[in-house]
Amino acid sequence: MQHQYVEVIPKFTWENFVQILTNSGYRNTVIRTLYIAIIVTAIDTLLAFPVAYFITKYAGKYKQLLTILILLPLWSSYLVRVFAWRIILGYNGVLNSLLMSLGILSQPSSLFLYNQFSMVVTLCYVWLPFMILPLVTAFERLPGNLLEASADLGAYPIYTFRRVTLPLLLPGFLAGALSVFSLSMGDYITPSLVGGAGDILIGNIVANQFGVADNWPLGSALAMVVLLLIFCLIGIIARKGALENL
Amino acid sequence: MEKKTEYKDLVDVPKLIFGTITFLVYLFMYLPILTIAVFSFSQGRVLSLPIQGWTLDWYAKAWQDEQLQVGLFNSLRVASASCTIAATLGTLAALAVQRYQFFGKNFFRSIVILPIVLPGIVTGVAMLSFFSTIDLPLGLMTVIIGHATFGFPVVFNTVAARIARLPRSLEEAAADLGSPPWEAFWKVVFPGLRSALISATLLAFTLSFDEIVVTIFLTGQDNTLPMEIWARLRFGMTPEINATVTLILLFSVGLVLLSQKLGARS
Repeated sequence: MQHQYVEVIPKFTWENFVQILTNSGYRNTVIRTLYIAIIVTAIDTLLAFPVAYFITKYAGKYKQLLTILILLPLWSSYLVRVFAWRIILGYNGVLNSLLMSLGILSQPSSLFLYNQFSMVVTLCYVWLPFMILPLVTAFERLPGNLLEASADLGAYPIYTFRRVTLPLLLPGFLAGALSVFSLSMGDYITPSLVGGAGDILIGNIVANQFGVADNWPLGSALAMVVLLLIFCLIGIIARKGALENL
Repeated sequence: MEKKTEYKDLVDVPKLIFGTITFLVYLFMYLPILTIAVFSFSQGRVLSLPIQGWTLDWYAKAWQDEQLQVGLFNSLRVASASCTIAATLGTLAALAVQRYQFFGKNFFRSIVILPIVLPGIVTGVAMLSFFSTIDLPLGLMTVIIGHATFGFPVVFNTVAARIARLPRSLEEAAADLGSPPWEAFWKVVFPGLRSALISATLLAFTLSFDEIVVTIFLTGQDNTLPMEIWARLRFGMTPEINATVTLILLFSVGLVLLSQKLGARS
């Protein structure tokens, strides 16, 4: 079967970019996507640091097992892992049943699903391994003698953490942050499965322009906006010399 | 004098705190997967609590579902083809970068990771536009090319890191003893990078097997398994999908353990 491509007028124009900048719907979606991607990256950072620290410092002989357990969810269907949150957060879902059996809620709440909350939870969940893994590598590479030297020279633990530990962890953290940020920026499956009607991200508009709306040039311009934002981040990270940690 | 045992000697407080957080995060990571697995044995068609009873029917149904079978078969075809391309090109590129000097080498090294870093939607629409420009009809072939683009850097990164650690003297010794380059490669270099190549190829295989974002843009009439599931999800999840996914998860666990074992051997 021959696929019919759309007709694209081969002429240069800034019109598509002007449209993105002037149309408040597109502009707000770009801002919302940035905001969601930043929140997701921040939450995943907060969750990943203690886990990576525990795995490298305390896990002992279970270290390899715990690392494999972080990888494993990535090998099961991404689509279904996203959909699982619909079962968990839904009206008759796992969370509502739990809260009701604990007596916290007297009737199921519909506040958990189809909004920015469920979208952030799901995005944090699907991309968390990409933050933990580079951090585990970064913690592993941390030279213990430098920390001891800092303590010997009279630095308080807080000072050592800020001036010695953090700078050494920075490349690993930046590599993880880039992955999580970029994956969240481009996701359109999660918003369409667990997000609310008004919570679409740039990815949804791009997919739509290349699908039913059939406006490829506008879709391409929006994809370029995503690309530009990610290139800015890559630029910052390349200056810190962290690209090798990906 | 007897040594006094203090409370803090018995309980390592930071370990306890970090341990608790880690436990909760793992719970967060496995709750959805557990939910899917549990519901695949649930009797009711509606995926909500409470669960009425237990059954294996959904596994039988999933097994007989023809569309799921076709999807699975297509996914296996796409994943094997794309990971073969990725493995071949990735290994060759890794060899070129580690063993030879050529124009633009540093530039190549820094852009080769882009397909992993860029979101799938950008890769997807970029390739769709490209294929439309060269008038290539969409189908499993275009999906394979699309998947090979992100499998390639996965193999390249792993294999290049391994080659960097292989002692060059062995190759030179082989050459000194009269081996032609291909023999030195096949008998000396290749055994050294085999385990890295296998685990990276397996990763490329699974990434492709599960890929949906790029596939949506690049597929024609033929559905891969994730596409088939995606099409059904619009009408809500069915227990057959739960059963299928649980089976695939078990299969992936086997693959992960295999690749870990191969990776750990060297």
